[in-house]
Amino acid sequence: METSAEIKSSSEDVILSTDNVSKFYPIRKSFLSRSPSRFVRAVDGVSIQLPRRKTTAVVGESGCGKTTLARTVTMLIPPTSGKIMFEGRDITDKKWQNWKELYRNVQMVFQDPDSSLDPRFKVKETVAEPLRGLVGAGGNEVRKQVEESLEAVGLSSEHSDRLPGQLSGGQKQRVAIARAIATKPKLVVLDEPTSALDASVQAQIIKLLLNLQKQYELSYMLITHNIAVAQYLSDQMAVMYTGNLVEYGPTRSVIEKPRHPYTITLIASAPIPNPWKRNLLNIEIKGEVPSAINPPSGCRFHPRCPYAEKICQEVNPPLEAVAPGHYVACHFVNKTA
Amino acid sequence: MASTNSNLLSIRDLTIEYAGSDGTLTAVDQVSLDVPQNKLIAVVGESGCGKSTLGLSIIGLLPTPPAKIAGGKINYKDIDLVPLTEKQRREFRGTEIAMIFQEPLTSLNPVYKVGDQIAEAILVREIRRTKKSQLAANTDIMQKTYSSRSIQTTRIPRFRRHLTSQLRTEIIDALKLVRIADPEQVIERYPFELSGGMRQRVMIAMAISQKPSLLVADEPTTALDVTTQAQVLKLMKELMDEVKTSIFLVTHDLAVASQVADQVIVMYAGEIVEIANVYDLFSDPLHPYSKGLLSCIPAGYKEDTNLEPIPGNVPNLLNPPVGCRFAPRCPYVMKICKEKKPKLVESKQGHLVECFLYGN
Repeated sequence: METSAEIKSSSEDVILSTDNVSKFYPIRKSFLSRSPSRFVRAVDGVSIQLPRRKTTAVVGESGCGKTTLARTVTMLIPPTSGKIMFEGRDITDKKWQNWKELYRNVQMVFQDPDSSLDPRFKVKETVAEPLRGLVGAGGNEVRKQVEESLEAVGLSSEHSDRLPGQLSGGQKQRVAIARAIATKPKLVVLDEPTSALDASVQAQIIKLLLNLQKQYELSYMLITHNIAVAQYLSDQMAVMYTGNLVEYGPTRSVIEKPRHPYTITLIASAPIPNPWKRNLLNIEIKGEVPSAINPPSGCRFHPRCPYAEKICQEVNPPLEAVAPGHYVACHFVNKTA
Repeated sequence: MASTNSNLLSIRDLTIEYAGSDGTLTAVDQVSLDVPQNKLIAVVGESGCGKSTLGLSIIGLLPTPPAKIAGGKINYKDIDLVPLTEKQRREFRGTEIAMIFQEPLTSLNPVYKVGDQIAEAILVREIRRTKKSQLAANTDIMQKTYSSRSIQTTRIPRFRRHLTSQLRTEIIDALKLVRIADPEQVIERYPFELSGGMRQRVMIAMAISQKPSLLVADEPTTALDVTTQAQVLKLMKELMDEVKTSIFLVTHDLAVASQVADQVIVMYAGEIVEIANVYDLFSDPLHPYSKGLLSCIPAGYKEDTNLEPIPGNVPNLLNPPVGCRFAPRCPYVMKICKEKKPKLVESKQGHLVECFLYGN
């Protein structure tokens, strides 16, 4: 059995790793009560590694904690407990915390460009802001880099004087990507980057992300609920369920040989564009995603799981290796082989 | 387009315009389609293609103004719905044509319990039924008075009035029909106490309890998680056969359409560009837009398959391109495409396409 400590690696190929990271949001009964009695366990003991120059997809349904995990690894929401190592340094360590250096190297792209872009900033000002604030660049240097970034995302100089309101949804997301790559970061966290876009525009952005990854040697952490997008873009795939990591491994291995009963259900319920393979109409799924305030005891999937036995109600299973680099958290992983 | 009597709904040359401060845009432009009995028709397209407007026009819920039906017919069981007054249309809504919306939390009333809301749907159905039979008898003056009472004044279970046991059984049956595990408890809950999937099931229960012949579903699973989406789609497909209804499914997701539809209608910029049986559309898409849309869906791995995005953006409908509306983005564009508008023609048996590459 491998523990989180063993999975944790200090190898050169890992750009960021988390060790037992948790984020609990307190729920106060009233604003007068000082000590919260309950917590939303949004992320609960997640250990994950992001390989360098590769894409790691984190998939799961709403409320599984994938967005909280993305914001935790970028320290936008500091974790309640656990360590986050970026290039061998613990970024949760208060003694280090050099925010400028961190955000030069770690950037984010959010789902909805309407809320992530300032409506009063021109495109070029939006892209220039991280250069001025984080790199301390000025004048010509900024102008040159803004031009390069906009060109890289397929926008021409005529767009640089426009406001976000004068752009289409796809163009706005391109601006958000240009801003993220402007400081030449090493890791870009993509939180549902294509969910708000139409099919034809989604494909354009997916292609753009792949090209940029090659051009700038980027590492991606992709947060998505869309299995098809995750399958297409990623090299590694992590599956989350009510705050827990339940399966993690190479994308091909997870898609083709999923071993956790939840992953099996999740992949089977993703609609595929093939009328001859109507998977959706043949699957049996019990229940719905439980609340993260009061999650089931033991393995959180046990009330919906076809293999559940007594032990599943009592002990939350740790991640165990089932194949090289492929980890599953299930007591009865042998039954799904 | 063969017009036969077996069609539940047939739309001919329907044009819908929206008046705005920047001018009038044509959201649906001369659209013709048929919905046969007990079939699932999926309308797919990107945002702004007019698919939701088309769905709303069938059930008569277009916001007028700004929307206006500028021409065409919506024939439902040989009755043209377009010229009907609001009062006449209401007779169809619910009992003949029902609707499920995308976001169940905004379409359910937050201050009434689930059971009361379903009861209302059932009572409307019963009132209309008795009204019809009484109008047929039409002798007793008292009965006439009763039948002319409007539905609003007869609306029943508002203030936690006790549900009669018969009504209660009917509500429970409706909830059981949509596979809700503990209907007795769900009756007493408010919509916010239910999960997204449960709420959508309640919406479906309300729609189905009226036993409509046609169900318009506008993005019914877009707000739901994938496992819940699978459950809801499976349920809709099963109920379609149980209650013998047709479903007009509006969706942006081609994968969803491929999983459940019998026939697929592809819309682009307010026009129907292709109508085909689901198998024909996915094995042999004819229109360049349909082809493009299919090659845009990520399926497989980046190492093995190449995504081919459609260049450019959806046109602005205030100022649509002359000729074929897809011409500026089309890889097969010819001179004629920029001058003349193609017509929707039958290229193969039951496979219609609007493109100069195929006849016209």
